[in-house]
Amino acid sequence: MIRLQNIEKVYRTDTVETLAVNGISLDIAQGEFLSIMGPSGCGKSTLLNIMGLLDEPSKGSVRIDNQDISHFSDRKLASFRNQKLGFIFQSYHLINDLQVVDNVELPLLYRNSTAKERRRLAEAALEKVGLSNRLKHFPTQLSGGQRQRVAIARAIVGSPQIILADEPTGNLDSVMGNEIMDILINLNQREGTTIVMVTHDENMAHKTHRLVRLFDGSQVQ
Amino acid sequence: MFKNYFKIAIAVLKRRKFFTFISLFGISFTLTVLMVATAFVNKVVSSDYPDLKRDRCLYVNRVEMRNTKEGWYNQSSPSYYLAEHYISTLKVPQKISISSFSRRTNAYVNDKKIFIEYQFTNADYWTVGDFIFLEGKPYTQQQISNAERVAVISESTKKAYFGDVPVAVGKYIEADNVSYRVIGVVKGVSKTMQVYYADLYLPYTVSKTDYKRKSLMGDYKVILLAGTKADVSRMKQEFNAMIAKVPIDNKQYDKMYIHADGAFEDLCRRMVGDGLNSGVFKLVSLVGLVVFLFLLLPTINLVNINITRIMERSSEIGVRKAFGASSRTLVYQFIVENLILTFIGGGIGLIFSILVIYQINALELIPNLDLRLNVSVLLYSLLACLFFGLLSGVYPAWRMSRLNVVRALKS
Repeated sequence: MIRLQNIEKVYRTDTVETLAVNGISLDIAQGEFLSIMGPSGCGKSTLLNIMGLLDEPSKGSVRIDNQDISHFSDRKLASFRNQKLGFIFQSYHLINDLQVVDNVELPLLYRNSTAKERRRLAEAALEKVGLSNRLKHFPTQLSGGQRQRVAIARAIVGSPQIILADEPTGNLDSVMGNEIMDILINLNQREGTTIVMVTHDENMAHKTHRLVRLFDGSQVQ
Repeated sequence: MFKNYFKIAIAVLKRRKFFTFISLFGISFTLTVLMVATAFVNKVVSSDYPDLKRDRCLYVNRVEMRNTKEGWYNQSSPSYYLAEHYISTLKVPQKISISSFSRRTNAYVNDKKIFIEYQFTNADYWTVGDFIFLEGKPYTQQQISNAERVAVISESTKKAYFGDVPVAVGKYIEADNVSYRVIGVVKGVSKTMQVYYADLYLPYTVSKTDYKRKSLMGDYKVILLAGTKADVSRMKQEFNAMIAKVPIDNKQYDKMYIHADGAFEDLCRRMVGDGLNSGVFKLVSLVGLVVFLFLLLPTINLVNINITRIMERSSEIGVRKAFGASSRTLVYQFIVENLILTFIGGGIGLIFSILVIYQINALELIPNLDLRLNVSVLLYSLLACLFFGLLSGVYPAWRMSRLNVVRALKS
């Protein structure tokens, strides 16, 4: 599903050059639930961003669903992300000015779907994460766990084949973290969604199919 | 999608109320000034009482004599002689209105001084212009030929001179030490309608100045009225052919320019044109430049505010990009949001404009001005809103759309 070949990412400033990801190659199969672990600054999030086409590698190639995306234009890349990928962020990144249901509808705005269809899908997604009674709430009126569930609903509303989760339980206590993890496992098992999750939590990582460990930008496990 | 943008735009407006106040104040103030100015310009350039047949009229307001060898020239209005002796020979015009430029005199009523602007006219003047007679009727050709001391007055002159009398016809009005019998009262003409504005209208034959003087330059103005719109160009051709044959009556000059212009062309020529050039392009460019410069300052201000506001939303930009918004879609979103802001400001500006225009009309700073916010003024204002919104929205939108997703999400 995702094939990374010899990925390198270098951040350059006027005086310093930092190698964030150093020659990582990784194959992730369809329906796989993979976790990435490593100390802070080891390149986990950078790698996830490259997989999510949010960042470009300095070297190497990224293939998703058998397509080489290196020559995609901004527009095609945006459309590809919209169709194939869903994102969950540690700090949720919900739009506080929009109601929960409008937040969840967001990925569908960039598709040719009607308002009615968008609403139906958003409600269905919120139902899956157990928040169908919070449609009209604003993110600031929800707890951390509820916000992350909204973020998951937003990630799955467009039925993407891949979900990339960057420390989805990082801001939550263990009870809420486990709830979120259960939703993700459920999603992976029932719908066959490929999930790549960056985490600091060994317990969470061990619930996934495969664990990749990074250190100083290189894969060590 | 638009609904989503609208919700966001309104939410952003509510978020930082001081910024919103500054933005909306800037927009509404700017647009109020523009709308009032547009209403004024529209009043001047559009057909209005009593000049309602503009599309069938040509105006002769200027005579320009040039000494091309020494490079100097002299400009004036046409004389009555030019109008009567040459222009009146034209066959295509259905009617030819001849009237003097307004002159000013004082009249005293109950020890109170009032100013009276008066002009001398021929009989066709009353049929070329669509005057509304509140009382009586205009003077006839016969009365003009007899040099009868009769007058048509405006309704404001009636009130100022005679007070609240029911009928003024038959009474006498004294102006420039001459007493005239009032035979008609017309609805007041706006001061902006230079060709027709006066407080008192008199037959040209009672003029104290020698209107028969054989000179091409004088202080009259001429309006040619064609039978149909289609005849206007033919009328112009005939006029030009006739003028080409008029001999220059002063040896100092070797070139003469006299034009029969459409209403707008005539206005431009009077303001910035000359014999060689109508000045339409010059005036339109000048007005465009003034409007542009007037809009530029608040636009720059709004651009700055917009950039600050959009910067606060970098996380949202990151999320939208991550979930499939292209840079172009984001540019579109921010422009739409800015247009919503501008149109809200425009709405407030419209309310202010109505109040300001009401006050201007009530204060009677310009007699009979009667400014209105009609469809064309609203349309121009809508265009101004659109232009303003785009001008102030494009750059911040473009800048924000280029934001790197990862950096946007981190901030």
